[in-house]
Amino acid sequence: MPFQSVQGDYQTKQTLETFGFLPPLTQDEIYDQIAYIIAQGWTPAIEHVHPSNSMKDYWTMWKLPFFGETELANVVNELESCHRAYPDHHVRLTGYDNYTQSQGSCFVVFQGRG
Amino acid sequence: MSVKTYDAGVKEYRDMYWTPDYVPLDTDLLACFKCTGQPGVPREEVAAAVAAESSTGTWSTVWSELLTDMEYYKGRAYRIEDVPGDSESFYAFIAYPIDLFEEGSIVNVLTSLVGNVFGFKALRHLRLEDIRFPIAYVKTCMGPPNGIQVERDKMNKYGRPLLGATIKPKLGLSAKNYGRAVYEALRGGLDFTKDDENVNSQPFMRWQNRFEFVGEAIQSAQQETGERKGHYLNVTAATPEDMYERAEFAKECGVPIIMHDFLTGGFTANTGLARWCRKNGVLLHIHRAMHAVIDRHPKHGIHFRVLAKCLRLSGGDHLHTGTVVGKLEGDRASTLGYVDLLRESFVPEDRSRGVFFDQDWGSMPGVFAVASGGIHVWHMPALVTIFGDDSVLQFGGGTQGHPWGNAAGAAANRVAVEACVKARNEGRELEKESREIMTEAARHSPELAVAMETWKEIKFEFDTVDKLDVS
Repeated sequence: MPFQSVQGDYQTKQTLETFGFLPPLTQDEIYDQIAYIIAQGWTPAIEHVHPSNSMKDYWTMWKLPFFGETELANVVNELESCHRAYPDHHVRLTGYDNYTQSQGSCFVVFQGRG
Repeated sequence: MSVKTYDAGVKEYRDMYWTPDYVPLDTDLLACFKCTGQPGVPREEVAAAVAAESSTGTWSTVWSELLTDMEYYKGRAYRIEDVPGDSESFYAFIAYPIDLFEEGSIVNVLTSLVGNVFGFKALRHLRLEDIRFPIAYVKTCMGPPNGIQVERDKMNKYGRPLLGATIKPKLGLSAKNYGRAVYEALRGGLDFTKDDENVNSQPFMRWQNRFEFVGEAIQSAQQETGERKGHYLNVTAATPEDMYERAEFAKECGVPIIMHDFLTGGFTANTGLARWCRKNGVLLHIHRAMHAVIDRHPKHGIHFRVLAKCLRLSGGDHLHTGTVVGKLEGDRASTLGYVDLLRESFVPEDRSRGVFFDQDWGSMPGVFAVASGGIHVWHMPALVTIFGDDSVLQFGGGTQGHPWGNAAGAAANRVAVEACVKARNEGRELEKESREIMTEAARHSPELAVAMETWKEIKFEFDTVDKLDVS
């Protein structure tokens, strides 16, 4: 058998950084990641953007970051509200870490269709 | 009014430099040396000799000492400790007044501390184990041009270790073929690729050509994947002028990060290049060729934790630290110690990690720890556990040795790292459950499944040569 026939052809993927190479997260898996952000003491925040602008630094904030939020359900509700308001947009969740002045976590929860 | 008189001749070092009652000042630079003296020489005399020869002293009393205040300028040996499990060596702790050193010059500090003293005949071996840089001195150094936080923002990478690969074969590719290897690895999902340390500007690939083709490879990969990418262009060169010329051109080609070898290139070149990077907004990756010559012998030389601290002060955004699990030497506890010293803003004394002093870095940015050398997908759970998010995990052969090529190899590593981060965040124990986590991830990724099959038997299990001293 020629060796080419057992080789795969790797097609380039359009991805959105962290967790972009995993299958879409299930609802439970998303809950686990939100719980992790809250357990680290980070501030959950939601941002959205039209897919044509996904490489920009600044996506549009959905309300303000949820300072002091410890209820997982509230974050989930906000994610869903944002998705309903902007069904075509990518929606991502960030965990702001004010100690490092960085984002401890950031991943896309809903992918827009573009 | 002068109260001292000149008395020519040779005095015992300990009369002047052994001061066991001395309480170090917050502004003193402190050093811990592991000393192995010649037989019959008392420990106090050896420690005092090291203090003298690495600061103000010489073998004979000289009249001009009386023109200054030697009590103010001299280094002092202030403590001696046993080395656990070793009867022939001991630790000597020495305090140096801050005014012995030029501000912001690691070159000057090392020239004193690891200068002539290492050839001193009364010593059989001497090893610099650690330096406590006082915060007053730290504040005179620029440090990393960007730091971890700025690099994450520039590259848009959050919540996970970054992924890289050194392009292979390390020597001999043409610039266009080299750019191809870069493009394939980046389109497959890596964040960075890297020039090998000995890629400079050889006849087979001159630097301008490499920079241009690599620049195009990065732009293409970014457009096609929608993610930010980089390649460490090695600007290490024969002269500082050549180095800066290459750095300028890398920036012109739109490449976000360049690289330097801080030991073969030297600290003067490194500190200068770090300043250039700060001024130009370019990230700086630091390789450490020659380090094992200096740091591997347990009784002689300089421990890598000292070289790592010096690099953080001199400036660099990434530094190679070894992998613990791969093909190159590295004790786990000791590695964790200097990884902390690169990244944290305060590191307390912890002998179980080989950290001899509290070290306060103040506001100095942190350096990414780079784990590179003989690692592959099966190591991923251990690497994520050991190095955490603020690291760059570099798979050279572990990317390009994939049976389907670089892009598939890159994708396999990216799937593996994301699966590990996700599992860790879910509260799972990565090292214990590594097989299950990796097997689950491979169900959605044929690239990862093939990688796991390819490297399932490869391990590097040799005993560590340089172990921490523990009782």
